[in-house]
Amino acid sequence: MTAPLDIVAGLGRAVLGASAQVGALVLFAANALVQLFRPPYGPRQFLRHFVEIAYFSLPVVALTALFTGMVLALQTHTGFARFNAESAMASVVVLSITRELGPVLTGLIVAGRVGAAMAAEIGTMRVTDQIDALRTLSTEPMKYLVAPRLLAGTLALPLLVVVANTLGVMGGFLVATLSLGFAGPAYLTSSWDVLEAMDVISGLIKAGVFGFLITLMGCWYGYQSQGGAQGVGKATTKAVVAASILILAFDYVLTQAFFSR
Amino acid sequence: MSATPKIRLRGLRKSFGEKVVLDGVDLDVEARHSMVLLGGSGSGKSVTIKCILGLIPPDDGVVEIDGRDVTRLSRRDRAELLDRTGMLFQNGALFDSLPVWENVCFKLLAQNRITRRAARDRAAEVLAQVGLAASVGELSPAELSGGMQKRVALARAIASKPEIIFFDEPTTGLDPIMGAVIDGLIVDCVEKLGATAFSITHDMASARRIGDHAAMIHKGRIIWAGHAEALGHTGNAMVDQFANGEREGPIQMELRR
Repeated sequence: MTAPLDIVAGLGRAVLGASAQVGALVLFAANALVQLFRPPYGPRQFLRHFVEIAYFSLPVVALTALFTGMVLALQTHTGFARFNAESAMASVVVLSITRELGPVLTGLIVAGRVGAAMAAEIGTMRVTDQIDALRTLSTEPMKYLVAPRLLAGTLALPLLVVVANTLGVMGGFLVATLSLGFAGPAYLTSSWDVLEAMDVISGLIKAGVFGFLITLMGCWYGYQSQGGAQGVGKATTKAVVAASILILAFDYVLTQAFFSR
Repeated sequence: MSATPKIRLRGLRKSFGEKVVLDGVDLDVEARHSMVLLGGSGSGKSVTIKCILGLIPPDDGVVEIDGRDVTRLSRRDRAELLDRTGMLFQNGALFDSLPVWENVCFKLLAQNRITRRAARDRAAEVLAQVGLAASVGELSPAELSGGMQKRVALARAIASKPEIIFFDEPTTGLDPIMGAVIDGLIVDCVEKLGATAFSITHDMASARRIGDHAAMIHKGRIIWAGHAEALGHTGNAMVDQFANGEREGPIQMELRR
């Protein structure tokens, strides 16, 4: 008789636990955002993280975007050739890259590279008392550790996406002109004609949101880590997994908001 | 003795789930004295220090500094209080991402009380006080030995000339000679600053060197407090067993097989 009640109770506990986690995460993010506006300001911290995210992620983001554009051109050409619609290839490549692949792939790559590093660094600081040390040194850890990272992530991702978009389209252009026999000027004209400002802007807004989510997950799981090296390892994994899932989920929500009519 | 103790704890309680760690701690630390809190592993020493500093909120009780209850301070007042304190953590807790000189002057730089150029000079000055060359300031904490890391952590704790300095197991992990060196530096620095010192340790040699007063915590309560010179012959069987490191006595280790 008690089995159904146990299931309901278990479900209730899980829902309550998840709600508490989400509430704590929202408060964590709100606290960090408030700290951004409280003096003294720390441009040095912001710049350090901005360079780490925007500059040091460039090579991997650039290579990923270039090859994705190349593969996309090949696959689109192969698929569209069945319907004699090869001429639409340039439009498909440029819209796919700017609306979806540029921001999402950049987000996933930065989640793996930067989100993991943030969780590991802050997690190590947590388990070695460095966060407590900050507080004893009259420094609010949310202000010193979290706020500059959130700002840097939110501003750096759109810049990376500009690079990813450019190189993704260039990858498609290279394959189209060097391998598939397209005329360069015609390909570029087709790409340019189909592109609207909203295609690019929506991608950049998505990138800003993804940057915020990646850094938030890295900071949150790092901040919550406990129990030494194993705890830091778990925090790192959770940060990357959570950021990746949130990127895909928010991508759908934002696409729905921008393009559903 | 002055009328108002520098630090006054009354009925301090803290539990983590079912586990009661502090069960009504009462303790006074007079200004410019050096108090050593003794106790075995898991007896609540670190939690006591964290409650005083506000790193952990106590469940109940009073923590007074200069007669003012610090458990209910506003953010601004707590920052002002922390400005007057320094802390040496058990493992140093130096910031890996910063060079030694920035670690040493972290508080002064964070509050814009000093320029970066002046901070380098101030760091060299404080490093000299703990027996380190100015060139150490350019190194990363990861490049230092354990003893040097402790010295840098001590330098960081005293750089802002605090009124109260907390020491969490200052000699843990050091060889006996380096432990004695660190203890000597602690005594020198505290005397020069005219600060109040609050240390926690289970190293009896260290306790005798750095403390003029001592107290012992056992099962979350203070079971004895007095002059550090009395350690080992206090008349309290538990304190004497602990101080003399005897296996047999009223304190029984909880061993599980």
